[in-house]
Amino acid sequence: MEVLIPRVLEEALTLKATHPEAVPIAGGTDLMVDLNFDRSRPELMIDVSRLSELNTWHREDGNLFLGAGLTYTRALRELPEMRALAQASRSVGSPQIRNRGTIGGNLGTASPAGDAVPVLVAHDGEVVLVAAGDRTRSVPWSEFFLGPKRNAMAPDELILGARWKVARGPQSFSKVGTRNAMVIAVANLCLVMDEDARTVRVALGSVGPTVLRAPEAEAFVAEGLARAGAWDDPSALVPSADLDGFAERVSAAATPIDDVRGTAGYRRHACRVLARRALLWALEERAAEALIA
Amino acid sequence: MLIRVNVNGEWREADVWPGASLLFALREDFGLRGSKNACEQGECGSCSVWLDGELVCACLVLAPQAHEREVRTVESLSGNGEERLHPVQEAFLEAGAVQCGFCTPGLVVAVADLLDHDPSPSEAAVREALSGNLCRCTGYQKIMDAVSLAAERKRGGDW
Repeated sequence: MEVLIPRVLEEALTLKATHPEAVPIAGGTDLMVDLNFDRSRPELMIDVSRLSELNTWHREDGNLFLGAGLTYTRALRELPEMRALAQASRSVGSPQIRNRGTIGGNLGTASPAGDAVPVLVAHDGEVVLVAAGDRTRSVPWSEFFLGPKRNAMAPDELILGARWKVARGPQSFSKVGTRNAMVIAVANLCLVMDEDARTVRVALGSVGPTVLRAPEAEAFVAEGLARAGAWDDPSALVPSADLDGFAERVSAAATPIDDVRGTAGYRRHACRVLARRALLWALEERAAEALIA
Repeated sequence: MLIRVNVNGEWREADVWPGASLLFALREDFGLRGSKNACEQGECGSCSVWLDGELVCACLVLAPQAHEREVRTVESLSGNGEERLHPVQEAFLEAGAVQCGFCTPGLVVAVADLLDHDPSPSEAAVREALSGNLCRCTGYQKIMDAVSLAAERKRGGDW
């Protein structure tokens, strides 16, 4: 086994082009567990933790770009106004894990339980990939995640980061697990209300082969809010049947399995509860802001 | 693979298997056995150390990733050859926050890290900061007492 230690991105990409089988390692919070337990022993690894090009974030034309090397600690500390991202980041592992674990790790590992993934998906975001010779391509989330721990990266590519359009409106991330810390989600959910597009987008994690959206529920609630006049008047009352109907449809979108963390039935129920709460929080937040304004 | 790491202020070299963890290198190559090896999956925090000033689980750092970086271990706390414990260690002793002692080095490091960032943490902040450190003996109450004691002394300017 060998570990390569490139100092700059271009060097890393050249190495990846020459050694497409090399496994990139950043925070190591997934890969080191496999190594320590002798579940995998790659011939070659590339340490991407020193690449300053990845350890960054910036805003560009109303978009937010998160470098693949951004840790959850930094996302939480430096981007508190991106509320769903901050909430998801805070729910990852423990301080030790958040100091190492990266956004890019969640994308590369492509676990359906990755906590940052529903935030990307609820923003309808994309993953930016890069290969030697300055070749970058942006892949919409729906084409990037192919199945449990499978993604659309080519062997010569590294993840540059994730990008999404910043949405105006309430948003939240919530998660069900056996305790508050150090927990892999039994179910997680990100809800983003986009006041400009007049849509509510909801992404569900850990309840299907990949993180997934609930398009029927999204259409149902957008229509319900329109009928109630709530898009124009945030203090307009939304019938509780609309909240229930939304929650039902979110739950119906989930395709969970029974596993060590929970049963399929429990997960569907969790989706229903998380969805109703997240929608209620969003509506309450808009109504409260309307009162103050 | 030869790695060069600044360990507790001193640049040292070790010839490691490239797939080894930093924890393994610290214990087996650098002879620093304060960081404990328990879960090997980042769950228990017994191997907590500082990597370039950040609290991490040494079991989840690939040893070559520490090449040309600074690592500080629990051994640095009472350091400089002095026969004196770090105030957090003193507080653990006085509060009786140690039973079998296996989790103690990791907890002491995590508490020192917390108090460096926040000298007056609320109880909720302490619990969140220590959520990555498991203790199976104490039930945590005496650990919480030790943190309060250490924080009080830190605020009082004792260290």
